[in-house]
Amino acid sequence: MEIDPFIFRLSIFILSIFVGYYVVWSVTPSLHTPLMSVTNAISSVIIVGAIIASLAGTNLSVFNKSSIFGFLAIILAAINIFGGFLVTQRMLAMYKKKKKDKK
Amino acid sequence: MISANLLAIFYLISGILFILALRGLSSPETSRQGNLFGIIGMAIAITVTFLSIDNFSSGFLYVLLFLLIGGSIGAFIAFKIPMTAMPELVAGFHSLVGLAAVFVAISAFISPEVFNLGSSGNIKLASLIEMSIGAAIGAITFSGSIIAFLKLRGLMSGSPITFPGQHILNLLILISIIILTYFLCLNQSPNFFWSLIAISFLVGFLLIIPIGGADMPVVISMLNSYSGWAAAGIGFTLENTALIITGALVGSSGAILSYIMCKGMNRSFFNVILGGFGGTDQTSNNRSKEQKPVKSGNADDAAFLMKNASSVIIVPGYGMAVAQAQHALREMVDSLKKNGVKVSYAIHPVAGRMPGHMNVLLAEANVPYDEVFELEEINNDFANCDVAYVIGANDVTNPVAKTDPQSPIYGMPVLDVEKSKSVLFVKRSLSPGYAGIDNDLFYRDNTLMLFADAKKMTEDIIKNL
Repeated sequence: MEIDPFIFRLSIFILSIFVGYYVVWSVTPSLHTPLMSVTNAISSVIIVGAIIASLAGTNLSVFNKSSIFGFLAIILAAINIFGGFLVTQRMLAMYKKKKKDKK
Repeated sequence: MISANLLAIFYLISGILFILALRGLSSPETSRQGNLFGIIGMAIAITVTFLSIDNFSSGFLYVLLFLLIGGSIGAFIAFKIPMTAMPELVAGFHSLVGLAAVFVAISAFISPEVFNLGSSGNIKLASLIEMSIGAAIGAITFSGSIIAFLKLRGLMSGSPITFPGQHILNLLILISIIILTYFLCLNQSPNFFWSLIAISFLVGFLLIIPIGGADMPVVISMLNSYSGWAAAGIGFTLENTALIITGALVGSSGAILSYIMCKGMNRSFFNVILGGFGGTDQTSNNRSKEQKPVKSGNADDAAFLMKNASSVIIVPGYGMAVAQAQHALREMVDSLKKNGVKVSYAIHPVAGRMPGHMNVLLAEANVPYDEVFELEEINNDFANCDVAYVIGANDVTNPVAKTDPQSPIYGMPVLDVEKSKSVLFVKRSLSPGYAGIDNDLFYRDNTLMLFADAKKMTEDIIKNL
């Protein structure tokens, strides 16, 4: 008897949900907005699929029906990756502790 | 080209780095490092995907080109966007993830051989189901986020749009999605696939239009969750660990945020999703709106009260964001501090239009985060505080939530502002808040209403300090 590889992926998926559950509960409420923007950035790892899709064309015709969708997905995901991480960085840079020595 | 096993290990590593990125957000000190982990994880995922390509066709140059185009657009937006526009930015970004998931699914459906999923018209059943789920959720995320974006941006009315038979229609459409998926699996006809996507777009649209403006924190969190599940669905199709882990993380993150937001309003998730909240109780309310005496004051009175207080708690709300009053507020607090007044900020979980909205705006105005407190942390302090300065918040301070079981917001956790010695309530008029109910606080003896724009009033107070 052999285990279907799907079951392994399902195990990873379910365990990750649990990891996510505990990790996200430990996020401080004041950082919930950066949490949203960073989850948004990391979910754009879907770009991996987009890259594979975009190379569906051949040397003769780079653009065919399925590679065009791949290229479009690359643009969308890239906007998210750069936009998401950078805007998170910008927000996080603003969170400062009280400086007692100043003033 | 690197081996498939090595590739899978690298994807696992980037998945772990993403977990660490979220873990970093447990405190502001570790958060910047966490974001760096996220960036490294993403760089690894993209790099090893490039390395896995065995024949570099000229298409690869286009991959880099489009990556660069998208990246520049993203970077440009990230640097230009004002912090007050963060909710609509996040909604907009969610729509892009959703659409990207749809595109990848379409591409996998047209050329399954590229992804090792069988051949066109003869796709492996499991993969077909996975890509249908990914595409459907992606499409719902896309159109739902677009509506959320339009509502947050003010391009579409923030009030709920409802019509008779709405819920039945939604239910029918959801059933038809399942039926379409079934037939798609039976004969793999592209027509079913395209209809599935089209109908999913419609669902997202119909799902969000009945939900009103102040329920947006729940909507954004929910769409955040959906974008994660869509990514996970595609991850199963592509058998990619990084995508599966990330999808699960993002999915549960959004779900938890939705839960926290619903709890902050004491409403069930379904109550929010079914929509139509707010404004409905207007008629019953007008009846009780007899002329009650209201004390109103000006900036001079407010400045006098606060200057002579020993402690002040600021309660910001969405109105502060609209008026862009956070910088003025911070200046006011600075002058108060010079007068020896102890100042802290109290944030209700659903203040603003997205989770943590107020915290970001205060951080932008250079308010140290250790002066900003959550509801549970600070609620007992109102009893010992001299002045509560309510700026742009309304329903979240309404004592009716604690006293009147008939009220639509009964049971919602509220900030106990009325317990402070005096309350300064900055508001443009006496109109009710989002929940459509009158705020009892306006008529209390210890309340002084300051009728003005939040920013203008705060600036006037600074002049009088």
